[in-house]
Amino acid sequence: MTSAEKRELINFATDMRMCIIESVYSARSGHPGGSLSSADILAYLYKKELHIFPHEPRNPSRDRFVLSKGHAAPALYSALALCGFFPKGDLLKLRQMNSYLQGHPNINTVPGVDISTGSLGQGISCAVGVALGGKLSKSGFRTYALVGDGELQEGQVWEAMMSAAHYKLNNLCVIIDNNRFQIDGNISDIMNPDPITDKAAAFGLNVIEADGHDFDSLEAAFNAARRETSCPTCIVAHTIKGKGVSFMENTASWHGKAPNEEQYNAAIAELSSLRNGGSDE
Amino acid sequence: MNKIATRESYGNALRELGTEFENIIVLDADLSGATKTDIFKKAFPERHLNFGIAEANMISAAAGLSSVGFVPFASSFAMFLAGRGFEQIRNSIGYPKMNVKLAATHAGISVGEDGASHQCCEDIALMRSIPGMTVICPSDDIEAKAAVRAAYLHKGPIYLRFCRMPSPVINDCPDYSFQLGKGIKLTSGADITIVATGIMVPYSLEAAKELSALGISATVINIHTIKPLDEELILASAAETGKILTVEEHSIIGGLGEAVASLLGEKLPTKLRRIGVQDCFGCSGPAEKLLEKYGLCTKNIVYQALNILNE
Repeated sequence: MTSAEKRELINFATDMRMCIIESVYSARSGHPGGSLSSADILAYLYKKELHIFPHEPRNPSRDRFVLSKGHAAPALYSALALCGFFPKGDLLKLRQMNSYLQGHPNINTVPGVDISTGSLGQGISCAVGVALGGKLSKSGFRTYALVGDGELQEGQVWEAMMSAAHYKLNNLCVIIDNNRFQIDGNISDIMNPDPITDKAAAFGLNVIEADGHDFDSLEAAFNAARRETSCPTCIVAHTIKGKGVSFMENTASWHGKAPNEEQYNAAIAELSSLRNGGSDE
Repeated sequence: MNKIATRESYGNALRELGTEFENIIVLDADLSGATKTDIFKKAFPERHLNFGIAEANMISAAAGLSSVGFVPFASSFAMFLAGRGFEQIRNSIGYPKMNVKLAATHAGISVGEDGASHQCCEDIALMRSIPGMTVICPSDDIEAKAAVRAAYLHKGPIYLRFCRMPSPVINDCPDYSFQLGKGIKLTSGADITIVATGIMVPYSLEAAKELSALGISATVINIHTIKPLDEELILASAAETGKILTVEEHSIIGGLGEAVASLLGEKLPTKLRRIGVQDCFGCSGPAEKLLEKYGLCTKNIVYQALNILNE
């Protein structure tokens, strides 16, 4: 990856983070912590990895993305808007009455959303179905599912992994946003899912660890996933909850609340400095 | 009279449709011998997917398969499909309006010897409560096969309810036709209307015969589609007879009886009795004996009809 490409990704992710803060602030509710932790993963997916058609969102040959951790909707909506699936200004209608941008992703209202999610554990199973459908119809598209690390506490996630391995879904790539926090606290205090990599490997997935905020590391992981021919891949992406807004980082309390005006201004100022720093290059 | 279990009809219908339509795909959760999806599997092994004993994953995966153009029939016992899988059905299939067919066998008390843990008398209530869900409970082999075909042709989520116990074939007449959401008036009478669904329909026809011997003429309506309910047919008959008796192999809470009660309560208050499982769990025993024990039999239908008439 050239430094220009990397700079472009950093700027895209920073713009995503600003959109996340703006939309959650405008909605006066939502989930900034896990949206910010997954912003770089989504930036990489939507800018580099996914074969998508923003002006033809239902094109059958498109790669599919399932946000199994559906509460990170502000991150997904930001990525979709910045890619041109719908106007960026609509992000301010997040969670409002009569808005197509529902609190959690809806396949029928949002261009670019491939599966409705929100109830944890179900999205990864839906992604298994999508990938199976791809195999059965001999379509070449790939399927990606982003799963939260707290979400791993849902038994259905492991049913999904078992079946993905059983059906040898090498066209499926599961990414775990390993930010270590869930709404009630640290995941290891609430219900410890560790060791995540060993468990996913034991369920038959090709496990790759990555730094979820480093684009070189993400690129290497996604490229390795593409090379896997015999089984699904699980990228365990180590991330920081609230990444990019210092006072939101590594705190469970920012899992599901909106910033007040002062916090909003501080967050935007911090993110703007990152964006401006980039444009100097 | 020829008897066949509607689960058998389900398996046979799948095999027929599988030849016609390449996008039919059948999912099972380790019960393909019992749900009869193995009949489809023998003909189309590559289109039969076993998910093992993991219904939640199977149901959500069905939603994923439908998103790429397949028409999945996800199958298990009613208890584990509608019961265990309620929230997956609600959120993965119902809310996004996915084109998935949920086929539940072993519904009701007539499961028999397996006992209460496997006798699902709550599935109609659960499925009716999901917006946009069509709920079908066919009365015999012919109707069950027609329902599977109609379910395939309908775009949107459908819950199909089949039984384990062989039951009489009653719809083998040349003018039989299945229309989603349309009840079928099987007999016309002036004194009372019996509104029945599923395998209770043949018992209701028997009861009508016995009532006729006592000089009472009963209308029998077969409601194969519980949601959307054929309101017009039920209201018209209620206006004619002024007395309604509902009969279902399901809890009296949330099923056909309650759907009819709500309709009549709001639009045409009518004298009403409901036959069904009376807010209790079942138990082990032979299916026919259990149906008798819980009042799901000809004798009780006649008895309750006379009760309403004598009030």
